Amino acid sequence: MSIAKTQELLGFDEALERYDPVMGLEVHVELGTNTKMFCSCPTEFGAAPNTQVCPTCLGLPGSLPVVNGAAVEGAIRIGLALHCEIAQWCRFARKNYFYPDMPKNFQTSQYDEPISYNGYLDVEVDGRSFRIGIERAHMEEDTGKSTHVGGATGRIHGADYSLVDYNRAGIPLIEIVTKPIEVPGHLAPAVARAYVTELRELIRALGVSEARMERGQMRCDVNLSLRPKGETKFGTRSETKNVNSLRSVERATRYEIQRHAAVLASGGRIVQETRHFHENEGTTTSGRVKEEAEDYRYFPEPDLVPVAPSREWVEQLRGTLPQSPTVHRRRLAAEWGISEFDMQTVVNAGALEQIVATIDAGAPSDQARKWWTGELARVANERGVDVGELPITPAQVARVVGLIQGGELTDKLARQVVEGVLAGEGDPDAVVAARGLKVVSDDSALLAAIDAAIAANAAVAEKIRAGNHAAVGVIIGAVMKSTRGQADAARVRELVLGRLS
Amino acid sequence: MYASGSDAIRRTAADLAAAIASGELSAVEVTQAHLDRIAKVDDKVKAFLHVDAQGALAAAAAVDAKRAKGERLGPLAGVPLALKDVFTTRGVPTTCGSRILEGWLPPYDATVARRLREADVVIIGKTNMDEFAMGSSTENSAYGPTRNPWDLERVPGGSGGGSAASLVAFEAPLAIGSDTGGSIRQPAAVTGTVGVKPTYGSVSRYGLVAFSSSLDQGGPCARTVLDAALLHEIIAGHDPLDSTSIDMPVPPVVAAARRGADEGVRGLRIGVVKQFDGEGYAPGVRQRFHESVELLAGLGAEVVEIDAPSFDHALPAYYLIAPSECSSNLARFDAMRYGLRVGDDGVHSAEEVTALTREAGFGPEVKRRIMLGTYALSSGYYDAYYGQAQKVRTLIIRDFEKAFERVDVLVSPTTPTTAFKIGERVDDPVSMYLADLCTIPTNLAGNAGMSVPCGLAPEDGLPVGFQILAPALQDDRLYRVGAALEAALEDRWGHPILEEVPAL
Repeated sequence: MSIAKTQELLGFDEALERYDPVMGLEVHVELGTNTKMFCSCPTEFGAAPNTQVCPTCLGLPGSLPVVNGAAVEGAIRIGLALHCEIAQWCRFARKNYFYPDMPKNFQTSQYDEPISYNGYLDVEVDGRSFRIGIERAHMEEDTGKSTHVGGATGRIHGADYSLVDYNRAGIPLIEIVTKPIEVPGHLAPAVARAYVTELRELIRALGVSEARMERGQMRCDVNLSLRPKGETKFGTRSETKNVNSLRSVERATRYEIQRHAAVLASGGRIVQETRHFHENEGTTTSGRVKEEAEDYRYFPEPDLVPVAPSREWVEQLRGTLPQSPTVHRRRLAAEWGISEFDMQTVVNAGALEQIVATIDAGAPSDQARKWWTGELARVANERGVDVGELPITPAQVARVVGLIQGGELTDKLARQVVEGVLAGEGDPDAVVAARGLKVVSDDSALLAAIDAAIAANAAVAEKIRAGNHAAVGVIIGAVMKSTRGQADAARVRELVLGRLS
Repeated sequence: MYASGSDAIRRTAADLAAAIASGELSAVEVTQAHLDRIAKVDDKVKAFLHVDAQGALAAAAAVDAKRAKGERLGPLAGVPLALKDVFTTRGVPTTCGSRILEGWLPPYDATVARRLREADVVIIGKTNMDEFAMGSSTENSAYGPTRNPWDLERVPGGSGGGSAASLVAFEAPLAIGSDTGGSIRQPAAVTGTVGVKPTYGSVSRYGLVAFSSSLDQGGPCARTVLDAALLHEIIAGHDPLDSTSIDMPVPPVVAAARRGADEGVRGLRIGVVKQFDGEGYAPGVRQRFHESVELLAGLGAEVVEIDAPSFDHALPAYYLIAPSECSSNLARFDAMRYGLRVGDDGVHSAEEVTALTREAGFGPEVKRRIMLGTYALSSGYYDAYYGQAQKVRTLIIRDFEKAFERVDVLVSPTTPTTAFKIGERVDDPVSMYLADLCTIPTNLAGNAGMSVPCGLAPEDGLPVGFQILAPALQDDRLYRVGAALEAALEDRWGHPILEEVPAL
């Protein structure tokens, strides 16, 4: 992917000395209902293109929508979990614009009458709590998916042709829009990430969606503007579309702060526009410029009747809400014996779910935590992905931990096993077998290696015999070298001391 | 009623169904007779866009087979029907009178089509219409105008001119129309037939290609009130595929038609709408209308005048709401998935192909309404146009509510004039729009309306329509009054009005 021109950036700290950022986050969540928003087509991910379609989701002439009750239920539960008010009466509206992957050339959405509005979500960053205001959470349908073939950018301009898959058209979406977020500038990128992370945990806890960002089940648009310190009026915003990983949310926010600051500092003006985030470079480029706000000619959807959830139903749904993620995490922190601060590190690494699953698969909590927030977090960061996207499952991690505890692997060997799993070499056991990584636990084999090492380091051996146990490391090192690290160092020490006493 | 005889095409649907059920006629014979008639006269009338001879004969043969096996037949089993080309029919062309849908074969049946098939009604073909049901003369069809069998130089009304003309030309005893602002009732009026716009939500819109979703309603077209009632009961009823469909029992319209013919309208309160009279109404239309009101009064109805001032604003409100909805409904015709595609040459972009296709595929009236609606919904204009029109709509609903506190039905001429000449109004959209002046309030309010013939205007010998309006879900009242008037007029004339249609 090429970038038209290199963008001037101001240093992050310098930018924040002069400007305060204001953010607005719009998150789209695909609901995991069995059928689509307005028809009974299945919603399974990954089916062959255009096999999950019908007259309604293809927008064929004469077809009509019927609201999916399960989607309304999911929307209300999300609204309730976000502490929103639930509308007594609301309507769908048509958002009119032409695009080839939108079958009717209008999106059935909600406009001025969302199903839920005026809520909040608390997030924690650096031990501080921030309350993110929720403007609204409304129901709408997804569009089809375009693939632009040929051309350099993968976008419609310059493509040779485009393919459209309508399987996604009509999948229920909940769009969750925050109120303007004003937090200390240096924390803004982390708060943005923490909000999306927290929201993802919440959606998963509700069981309304898997919210897998890599599958597009959860997508984030980052609106950002800067204003000079002391100014109260909001600056012009940019809208960075489809920022599709937790890490990218943080990076895109940071990048836009630096880009805006550079433009403003040089006396320029920010253009109101949508921007695309490039995962590889960590940069954004201009999409379409919104000279004037696009006119979607919203009007109430005449093909649908209003949605008027009874209060009884809403209260019944309130009763189905799971433990809030905060309470859930406090409970886990207590169980694991860690501080809330350590727990926040786990959450912000996006690793909570993996750790819980790893524990469920039999690993002790400290081991599970160590692997996911340590080695695996490091690899994820290197690869520029979220830990959840790494090609290793919690069960595989638990197996590696099990091998360590059984004395079959050392920590060092275990890292090699994990490396093998991540490289696609198979399950931990397969990697152990293929790479020959078993700990040498046969004493006679070890003793042979130890005798060889003593013979080669006769002077050191004398010192040990004379009572200088500090020198034993030299012999152990030689043994580990000759066994290519596959010996248990503690056992080797015992055997060496036994031989030389 | 028409005497039973060998000439199957002139018999009523009720008669034909009875003849088929009794074995006097086979369904195949009846269908073949109508196919022959279409072959003979449709070159002159041009009521049909597509005749499905094969499908119709197969459906008729199935009815005969059912009868042979001794299975019970429905009240209209084996009777041919002309379906307006705005309803989708699986595997049978559906164009809506537009080039943009030329060649499209829908993969599914409209609920109305499905119900007709399930009732063993024989769908004989698809009828001509103003493009996407936008018009009052059928001249806006991309496939040329339909002619009025009363005078081939005149229009059969619109948008459902093809359906109405097919009845008068004896090409089909039954037809289906759709009524957004009068597209069933105005053609019925100018062709001397019966047309009903049922209560909004009583006939499923699933598969009725949308012009204006909040106004569109399918309904029956027939030569007699009873036939319309029989058809009404087949097509009406709740449909889970249409969210705006009403989950309530269908009013007993057949019983009401029988009762009206037998017992009349004694004790019924009839309100004459003050707004729909006077200047702009043809003398013969006024004369026949007032004669009919007197006739009903003579039958024992109580007649009062009703003032419904908001009805004066119905036409302008309609011409904001209907185009607004149509501008959105017709956005889907973008050349991507079906229908016409222009400029797909590897050079033009997708956006350009859409624009070229819409330029070539839509006619001038459709474009005019898309532009009107796009403008009316634009930010900055929405409140002044769409918003205001919705307020007028509320006022109209209130005027109806007030009126129906005092009377059981409202009556007016269906349309201000008799059939006009082909070409006469094509260059003057507003004069064309005025043809729907009296029919539009019902669509805006969502209640029920019927046009029933009330004679020929003395000045031109052309049919005049008498409109009856009833509250939502009281469609049976239309049939009671309509059948009473029909019976009284036929008594006076000594024969049904269609006896006077010139031979084709």
